[in-house]
Amino acid sequence: MPVHPSPSHSPGSAPGPALHLAVALDGAGWHPAAWREPGADADRLFTAGYWAALVAEAEAGLLDFVTFEDSLSLQSTDPAGPDGRTDLVRGRLDAVLVAARVAPLSRHIGLVPSVVATHTEPFHVSKALATLDYVSRGRAGLRIQISERPDEVGHFGRRTAPLDPAELYGEAADHVEVVRRLWDSWEDDAEIRDAATGRFVDRAKLHYIDFEGPRFSVKGPSITPRPPQGLPPVSALASDVAVYPFLARSADIGYVTARDAGEVRAAVAALPGTPHVFGELTVFLDEQPATAERRLQRLDAAHGAAYTSDARVFAGTAADLADLLLEWREAGLTGFRLRPGVLAHDLPAITRGLVPELQRRGAFRRSYEASSLRGLLGLARPASRYAAAPAAPAATASPAA
Amino acid sequence: MSKPLKQIHLAAHFPGVNSTTVWSDPAAGSQIDFDSFVHFARTAERAKFDFLFLAEGLRLREQGGEIYDLDVVGRPDTFTVLAALAAVTEHLGLAGTINSTFNEPYEVARQFASLDHLSGGRAAWNVVTSWDAFTGENFRRGGFLPREERYERAREFLDTAGELFDAWDGGEILADPVSGEFLRDASPGAFAHRGEQFDISGHFNVLRSPQGRPVIFQAGDSDEGREFAAAAADAIFGRYGTLEEGRAFYADVKGRLGRYGRTPDELKILPAATFVLGDTDAEARELAREVRLQQVSGATAIKRLEHVWNRDLSGYDPDGPLPDIDPLPGENTIALGRASVRMHRDPVAVAREWRERAAAEGLSIRELVIETTERQSFVGSPLTVAQGIDALVQADAADGFILVPHLTPGGLDAFADTVVPLLQERGVFRREYDGPTLRDHLGLAAPRALAPALAPARG
Repeated sequence: MPVHPSPSHSPGSAPGPALHLAVALDGAGWHPAAWREPGADADRLFTAGYWAALVAEAEAGLLDFVTFEDSLSLQSTDPAGPDGRTDLVRGRLDAVLVAARVAPLSRHIGLVPSVVATHTEPFHVSKALATLDYVSRGRAGLRIQISERPDEVGHFGRRTAPLDPAELYGEAADHVEVVRRLWDSWEDDAEIRDAATGRFVDRAKLHYIDFEGPRFSVKGPSITPRPPQGLPPVSALASDVAVYPFLARSADIGYVTARDAGEVRAAVAALPGTPHVFGELTVFLDEQPATAERRLQRLDAAHGAAYTSDARVFAGTAADLADLLLEWREAGLTGFRLRPGVLAHDLPAITRGLVPELQRRGAFRRSYEASSLRGLLGLARPASRYAAAPAAPAATASPAA
Repeated sequence: MSKPLKQIHLAAHFPGVNSTTVWSDPAAGSQIDFDSFVHFARTAERAKFDFLFLAEGLRLREQGGEIYDLDVVGRPDTFTVLAALAAVTEHLGLAGTINSTFNEPYEVARQFASLDHLSGGRAAWNVVTSWDAFTGENFRRGGFLPREERYERAREFLDTAGELFDAWDGGEILADPVSGEFLRDASPGAFAHRGEQFDISGHFNVLRSPQGRPVIFQAGDSDEGREFAAAAADAIFGRYGTLEEGRAFYADVKGRLGRYGRTPDELKILPAATFVLGDTDAEARELAREVRLQQVSGATAIKRLEHVWNRDLSGYDPDGPLPDIDPLPGENTIALGRASVRMHRDPVAVAREWRERAAAEGLSIRELVIETTERQSFVGSPLTVAQGIDALVQADAADGFILVPHLTPGGLDAFADTVVPLLQERGVFRREYDGPTLRDHLGLAAPRALAPALAPARG
């Protein structure tokens, strides 16, 4: 083992479990004026090369995973429909397809597209994510969300607005349950290729899931064999404590928008069974705190309004951010999903500034230690829920007896 | 002066769930690992094929009340694997079958537009439809679509998706950091479709893709299917075995285009075809016989016969004569999730015909099934196969073929190495791609609105 430089004297440098870091990719970044910044490549947002470059940067920084935001409507500041603005990024590519497109170009980093449970088919989502897991060789994850937007209802024409969020989260939980059951519906060794009997699969290892719920029923099995990770990790964002029951039921990783260590402790206490509770922060990083503040002010001026967010907004240095992350780790978080204010600036600031800072403090990996996303997150690969427990050593029928 | 040589279009079908694939061959690899798709796609691209094609099936088949286990089974999600293949190829078209029954136009249009962006203009959509409750049990929608509505829904699905593809004209994005205008148009992507099957409106959120619309494929030999293709498709997949049948189909379908204001070269006719290559014709014929025996085992032959007889025939000897009992009348209930079952519209007549043929030619059950499930097939030395393909295309029995190898993923390799150079020498197949998009490969012009073209079908 190489000997690392001794940790700095900063607060929060006490040894502890290594942090997990994810970055949320969206447009040119999370600040509404991000697309106007130097290097933002705003005219390339709809090309594969743009996304591949971001993922390569995140992977160079050894991040656990990136998420890809998505929606089934135009981005808008108006929750009811398009806002008619011409000064903001509008338009998106399908997040699952973007993740699949960059998968063969990356090797280690987890790829976590967002999917709207409200308007999609769990059968399609299950096989799409299983396939993302195949094409990425075990690096797929799912970020599940609901949509209350009336304009999205109009895009599908199957429901009537307004939609009740509580019901939508209930439906999303069913959606995730179906997706996972379908992943399990093929046991790992269902494909047998038994030339003697002519059987390609052992049908005893293929399972109907027979899900029945108020919104849909799904028979199964999947058409896609069990993905490499077995169950790719599922994640969800809770900007409101009302969403915590959904996280508790459905997520391997919950993103919470705590503002301080006290709120972090409350969130962690409220989610005792969730394997990972990540803090969600929007970040603006520079060499000096004042530089970061001035950059944020400049962006706000370009936008014509101060940036506000459901998550805490951090503007400062990588070292100060590291202090905060380690303080919140002490309060119980296992990782963070960072929203770069400007991808062109703040993503490299994370990978080239924050990551080395955390490494110096012994709080972040120095190389990828696993080949799957579950592995990076320290989650064991589960057996299929439908697989019979391993048979006890045969006590009978021994031909030699 | 003879007319100029037609240029052949070639595509490759990655074998999905079927008995075509000889999975027991030692050279057979995974049907699901991405490496298999990469190998297959790169061979197709090396051979300058127009596109790679994936079929679809949204429920594991059952027969006799059990999941059918004799064929290759298990396949990836179409959009996801095609998007990943866009990263490892540069020119190859990426064609996927997507069902219009168990999807919604907004989502499918978004996925195809995204795939077209992410592949630089190489996306194609084989529009299929389904009405069966068996498949519907996997979806919110269920299985309530009446059979007679299937083309109606498919047509309106395609119309609606076309309106979404056209919702952005391509000039909306300015992305000018100086002026601060990202959009030129304050409300891009507006659409409204009010129809029998879909009543939707709003704003499409993917900007116009490189091809404008994906290339549209359609399969189906029925009169309705042919008309649908003539009105709305860029290519149709036929299925026939002889020069005469092929020419008749070709002439019929191309003849329908005029009533939609289209010219014959706006619709390519691309039947599926298998092939077996050998150093000599005799060697290839011997290999082809072995392949067919591996594809149709005795157990497979009995199961295949049950598709017509609609009853349990497991007591019959596959090497013996055909059953002398008649098929069970009524809806076929023994085999679920199979299109081939529906092709036998008069099972009693089919059974009689097969019995007579088997008796006349002295065929066992297995031998008869081998004969009756034979597809358009090219068997011989590379020269024989190249001549055979070229002859059918020049005789207007097809514009090209979708090749279905019996080995995954290496089944195209020999074809790429031996047959393609011969076709290139004959001057009937490209040596290099002319342009970046699938429309370029197929010689198709930029798309135009589909909805008006469909109008006569209603009259």
